Amino acid sequence: MVRNSVLKAEDLTKQVSSPEGSLTIVHGVSLDIAPGESVAVVGASGAGKSTLLALLAGLDLPTTGRVLLEGTDLTRLDEDGRARLRAQRVGFVFQSFHLIPALTALENVMLPLELAGSSDARRAAFDTLQRVGLKDRTGHYPRQLSGGEQQRVALARAFVTNPAVLFADEPTGNLDTATGGRVGELLFDLNANSHTTLVLVTHDRALASRCGRIVTMEAGPRSLGLVGLRVARFRGWSSHWLCGRWRGNGARVSSASCCSR
Amino acid sequence: MRTLAREWRSGELGVLLLALTVAVAALTGVGFLVSRISAAVSMQASEVLAADIRLGSPQPIGDQYFEEAARRGLRTARNTALLSVVFNGDESQLTNVHAVTEGYPLRGKLLVADEPFAKGVPAKGIPTPGEVWPDSKLLAAVGGRLGSQLAIGAASFRVGRVLISRPDQGGTNAADLPATRLIQPGSRVSYGALFAGERNRIEVFKAWLYAHKKRAERLRDITEASPQIKNAVDRAGRFLSLASLVSVLLCAIAVAMSARRYVLRHLDSVALLKTLGATRAFILSVSVLQLLALAMLAAMAGSAIGFLAQEWLLRTIRGLLATADLPGASLVPVAIGFMTAIAVLAGFALPPLLQLSRVPAVRVLRRDVGPPPPLVLLAFGPAVAVVVFLIYWVVLDWKLFLGFTAGLAGFMVLLTLAGALLVHLAGRLRGRVGVAWRYGVANLSRRRAESLVQIVAFGTGIMVLLLLGIIRDELSSDWRRSLPANLPNYFFINIPPAERDGFLGFLSSRGARTTRILPMIRGRLASINGRSIDELRAGGEGADNFVTREQNLTWTAELGADNRIVAGRWWTPAEFGRPLVSLATEFQESLGVYVGDRLAFDIAGETFEVRVASIRKVKWDSFQPNFFIVFAPGVLEDTAGTYMTSAYFKPADARALAQLARRFPSVSIFDIDDLLAQVRSVLNKAALAVQSVFVFTLFAGLTVLLAAAQSSRDERRYESAMLRTLGASRSTVLQGVLAEFTTLGLLSGLLGAVGASIAAYFMTTRVLELHYSFDLRVWVVGLAGGALFVAASGWLATRSVVNQPPLTTLRAA
Repeated sequence: MVRNSVLKAEDLTKQVSSPEGSLTIVHGVSLDIAPGESVAVVGASGAGKSTLLALLAGLDLPTTGRVLLEGTDLTRLDEDGRARLRAQRVGFVFQSFHLIPALTALENVMLPLELAGSSDARRAAFDTLQRVGLKDRTGHYPRQLSGGEQQRVALARAFVTNPAVLFADEPTGNLDTATGGRVGELLFDLNANSHTTLVLVTHDRALASRCGRIVTMEAGPRSLGLVGLRVARFRGWSSHWLCGRWRGNGARVSSASCCSR
Repeated sequence: MRTLAREWRSGELGVLLLALTVAVAALTGVGFLVSRISAAVSMQASEVLAADIRLGSPQPIGDQYFEEAARRGLRTARNTALLSVVFNGDESQLTNVHAVTEGYPLRGKLLVADEPFAKGVPAKGIPTPGEVWPDSKLLAAVGGRLGSQLAIGAASFRVGRVLISRPDQGGTNAADLPATRLIQPGSRVSYGALFAGERNRIEVFKAWLYAHKKRAERLRDITEASPQIKNAVDRAGRFLSLASLVSVLLCAIAVAMSARRYVLRHLDSVALLKTLGATRAFILSVSVLQLLALAMLAAMAGSAIGFLAQEWLLRTIRGLLATADLPGASLVPVAIGFMTAIAVLAGFALPPLLQLSRVPAVRVLRRDVGPPPPLVLLAFGPAVAVVVFLIYWVVLDWKLFLGFTAGLAGFMVLLTLAGALLVHLAGRLRGRVGVAWRYGVANLSRRRAESLVQIVAFGTGIMVLLLLGIIRDELSSDWRRSLPANLPNYFFINIPPAERDGFLGFLSSRGARTTRILPMIRGRLASINGRSIDELRAGGEGADNFVTREQNLTWTAELGADNRIVAGRWWTPAEFGRPLVSLATEFQESLGVYVGDRLAFDIAGETFEVRVASIRKVKWDSFQPNFFIVFAPGVLEDTAGTYMTSAYFKPADARALAQLARRFPSVSIFDIDDLLAQVRSVLNKAALAVQSVFVFTLFAGLTVLLAAAQSSRDERRYESAMLRTLGASRSTVLQGVLAEFTTLGLLSGLLGAVGASIAAYFMTTRVLELHYSFDLRVWVVGLAGGALFVAASGWLATRSVVNQPPLTTLRAA
């Protein structure tokens, strides 16, 4: 069956050069994500989760293969073209928050709107900060906020542009369990309310289990170079391999898992 | 702009701004000081002319020049001189009578007294009509005193005061001139027009005057008036411009270091901005705007600090200056400060910032990803271009520019190579020292590239500071050598050949030490290489002046110690009698003639054809008799001439000089005591300026040291926390830091001392033409000073790093 996809990866491979020669970090990954879907990418450290995220978000270019974001081929855009597309259609949340220390909470949230050329950045930023419960902290600098508060500012910054796709890289990784739980709650609430597509890289099983689909990446035991990927079916679709092949040098392919909200 | 304001609030830009501000402050401080002191120096030098510019003519000078000068807001006066006989009863003396108008002298003072050869006091105004102020020699020669009536031509004048000195070596009031009826057709009169005023206006007026004056009218300004003062001002100016250039280079090093730190601290922010959708153009424009705003802020703050610093400095040392009031500061240094701030930022901070814009967005996920390595041309091109441009802009002299640039480039390469070797050697030593030293020295070898950058920076800083010190010492000791206390203070000219021996006998009987005595013959240049002077007249002003003027010629067998042959060779006894001539560089440059060229001189109607045998560089500030044109012995002996010499008399030895004036009435006496005092005071000011520049540069050098120590601060913070977590005590960590910086300082000091000694040798002997003596102190100061300064500033900059609780640092990392 043919369905709409907001984000589509076709046979992505990423190789980097290292002192020991060429190193393959992601190999032959294909992925298709529908609008409004939430996908968790899980896997061991070094399995290439962050690299896959960077490729899907257009922060980095694959060695081969291509990524289509709302039908636009990211690999055919130059750096600035991808930046412009990100400004309009993509949001980010990071493990270490990545707020700009020189800017207040409000200014941090205004930043992506200003970069996208919005005329009413201040009001929109203020409203979003209100939605994450930080309307009294708008004038504070990141260093004056707790970890949980900083991540809520980061969430506000991610959602303020109403992105088509939100990429989250270990959003609760730097927080304690209770705070992480609350931030996770907020993330999924905002995601549901904004009908945003969510791609989430996490170690947090509880957080991953809230996603509609879980993709597991595993590094091979003798080489970091080969990664298999298995995508689980969700809501009646049959589980199938989109990608993930046994490789001659012994990489193990992940198992599929399925969960429901 | 808003981004800048936001960045500023976080204090991120502080370091860069501080480095730039301090550097601009040093630069403009030097600029203000130099411009004010050199204005004071030329003002004092103007006193020799009694004006800023002087127009001389054998014909009466038209009113149009005076009207034009008045229109331009300049002050004017006239000085008319004529040769006449002055009578006191039966006693008479041939003398030059000067008639001056109100306002004379425009620069300097007339010193008068009530007795001949007495100590003078500044006069108020000029002689009133009917009054004459004869000089000591004239009054002594005609046996007059205060109140005597002197007859000049058809008029009679009462002696009002005795003239001890005048700036342009007076006389009567110009209003009395017609009464003397001396100015008749055919009488030998020289007319002088004097102009003085504000510097810029004078420069414009000078250009106007050049364009409008008649051929027979000769223009003189201070650069030509006194070779001694010109030499001193030239040397001081050259040195000061090099010194200010050093501030610029130190500034550039500090800026490059701060910019590097700024970039390292902004890699994450820029990656994030790109992730959020910022384009390269946006990031670049933000960087450029920030740079411009920084340049403006630093230039304004730096100029203000520089102005206050030099104002304070001048106030503290005011007592040392001869003139109580220095001219006000011009605004030029501010403009230079702005331009330099922008140029230095563009050359040294823009390339790293361009690099910053190339940081890949993926750094938000993988912190090890940095910007791609820069193109060498892009990284160093602008810096090299700016340095080269600034050097040329400051020295404005191709020879000096090429020498300095080549020296600097060579030094940088050598320093880098030597630094790499030393870092390598230090690394091998570390097994033999304690844990703190091992950690410190290990840091040096581990951060090899950073250590090299710092050694080159510190080494350059230490080198220029040592170099300034050496050159300052050499300059002032050279000035002390050239101006001993008992320098000849009287010049005697027009000594008739018949009275030569009698005159020398008289001098030695009075205990006056004489220097060499030289013949003096008046002659005029008639042709160069067979082409007559009339044909060559189109050759420009300088040549025109030299060519049309009657020259003083001499002959001598020996080359004076204050003369140095720069081309050709001095004649041997075998060549005596051959038609050979030796020219001073000033004359040779003005005429554009070379060794081997043929010149013809017209001496009292007879033509002498001679060949240029050598070119001499004359040290005019030796105060010995010296001539532009010297003939070989045996050529001019038969022509009618007189002799000249100089001697030292105790100040105001009135009796001996009065006797001399009576016994040798035809000998002209020039008292150069005041001129010497002027030159000494000019040189003192120049030395003072040099010392102050030294202070400014020292300060700039310290800023570089601090900027360098600051640049590795973040890394050190983390390492210190790690070490302390592993159980190192605070003092162990501090010892490690001290060990590292002390080693760095020792290595830089060693390289700086080597570099300074070599550079000083070339600078003093080739550029400044001084004597160079090797000094071991340079090495001691270089090594000890380097170790101490670098260790102290490293300790200052990293102290807070060690004091911070390790947990805070590790959490923030």
